[in-house]
Amino acid sequence: MFSGLMLNTWIAATIVAVIAGVMGFFAVLRGQSFAAHAIPNGAFAGAAGAGLLGLNVIWGLAVFAVAGALGIGALGRRARQDVATALMLVLMLGIGALFVSFSTEYAEVTYSLLFGEVFGVGSNVLLPIVALGAVSVAVIALMYRPLLLASALPEIADARGVSTRRMELSFLIVMALATSMTVPVVGALLMFALMIGPAAAARSFTKRPGQAIALSVGIALATVWIGIAVSYHTNWPLGFFVGVIAAGFFLLGQGWGAVRRHWWVPRQASAVGAVAV
Amino acid sequence: MGHFFSYIVEPGLLSSGPVRTALLVGTVVAVTSGVVGVLTVIRGQSFAGHSLADVATTGGAGAFLAGLNQFWGFLIAGVAGAAIMELIGVQRRRGRDVATGVVLGAALGGAALFLYLGTQTSSTTGASFTILFGSMFVISPDTVPALIASGVVALAVIAVLSRVLLLTSLSPELAAARGVPVRAVGIAYLVALAVAVSLSAVVIGAVLSTALLIGPAATSLRVAKRPSRAMLAAALIGTAATWLGILLAYDSYYWPPAGHGWPVSFFVVALVVVGYLLSYVRRPRRDRRARVAGQAQEEAPTQEAGACSPA
Repeated sequence: MFSGLMLNTWIAATIVAVIAGVMGFFAVLRGQSFAAHAIPNGAFAGAAGAGLLGLNVIWGLAVFAVAGALGIGALGRRARQDVATALMLVLMLGIGALFVSFSTEYAEVTYSLLFGEVFGVGSNVLLPIVALGAVSVAVIALMYRPLLLASALPEIADARGVSTRRMELSFLIVMALATSMTVPVVGALLMFALMIGPAAAARSFTKRPGQAIALSVGIALATVWIGIAVSYHTNWPLGFFVGVIAAGFFLLGQGWGAVRRHWWVPRQASAVGAVAV
Repeated sequence: MGHFFSYIVEPGLLSSGPVRTALLVGTVVAVTSGVVGVLTVIRGQSFAGHSLADVATTGGAGAFLAGLNQFWGFLIAGVAGAAIMELIGVQRRRGRDVATGVVLGAALGGAALFLYLGTQTSSTTGASFTILFGSMFVISPDTVPALIASGVVALAVIAVLSRVLLLTSLSPELAAARGVPVRAVGIAYLVALAVAVSLSAVVIGAVLSTALLIGPAATSLRVAKRPSRAMLAAALIGTAATWLGILLAYDSYYWPPAGHGWPVSFFVVALVVVGYLLSYVRRPRRDRRARVAGQAQEEAPTQEAGACSPA
């Protein structure tokens, strides 16, 4: 289970889980789950287009991911963001349908881009993912404080001179690049499940952003590691286990939150007071 | 008419029967999606609308695997998905986004499993393509009455509840003060949304389902002054986009690359998005009511952004 190609799988999955945990925390905090779903999913169209032109899939993914992020940012300025996201998503997928229909081997390509091929990661794919993971986490670390402020308290951020618009666009682009690059490995759909479930679960266990990010990464790692182990033995797709385990962690967090609300009333009250201050 | 339709799609491949079915069902879907979509856009639940399409598609894949009627798989999964979203926190505005995301993530995992099992038991490798993009021409005629009936049910729920729904959408506090059961109304709406979306997902696939739900509604809300007119306009825009899309897809058989039609979903999506962008060209805002509707459309993001303080 830990030999040869499987070692690459473990490494790739670990990096992907770290990216997903960090990006997912901010996506959940900012209420941008829809964008987190739409961008990697729509970027798959770029991969199909690149395949059609004979280019490296990475370029297609990058172009479509950034275009999607910019489109959501531009349209979202004048309309509601969920409408802008929905329209960008269907536009990109519509173009993807066109590209895929031109391709001759559409079925296999579509399946692997949507659900990933985590059990066949070559060493040549590994290096870009390592580099990309490091860069995206470093960028988030660099803009950590203003991004956190702009996400949690947009009005105060504006008053302090932090441009919420610029923060939003920067975050969307970083998230777009980070999540879309992993599409060939884990697939567009799996990446989404790995981002939202763990991050949402982490937020019900702790209120401190630093701890929540660490916990979110931890839960994402646990999800993907358990998923790989079970998937290796059962031969069922990893995406299924990741989706189910992530949802399980979320429900665990919800249950924990409910327990705390009912039995730990004094602490809850003091926490509310802290937020109000 | 029969002759006309036989030219739209390659004769011989499909007789005029299935095409007529496709156009009929496509119209039902466009009208239902347009009407339900106006409320979806006003309530800011595009994400739920899109997710339910994917959830319903997973149910369809499961039903296919189990050898059951796919339409019922779509419908049951869609309504069940809506119920779970509601249970784990759609009622709180801040939890809605995450609840939707978690249900979607789990459903996508299920889709991965069903597709995998599907490829193990039969040779339907095209399933992952169909699951996203659907196919308008694979509807069996005996499901058409059920399709139309479910569309009518969704429209009836919206018609009966439309005033209350608008009130709870625009001002939940006012509605609650007036004694409206806000949560029950929300659940009824979500079920209507699930029915409408499952209906469109089974006919035209998850991508087009979202396009027809959100695109025409967002466009019409920018130009129409009243919600009722916006619903009418959205239904018309959706129907026009569907019909034009089918026509263009037929014409595209003569476009490069030769001998290969372009997909219907591409044309419908492109028409819907172009229509939306055109609505920016001129935006009449003379009427006060339009302004109220427009404000409601723009207010919610700030409310949702405010949802970020720790729970």
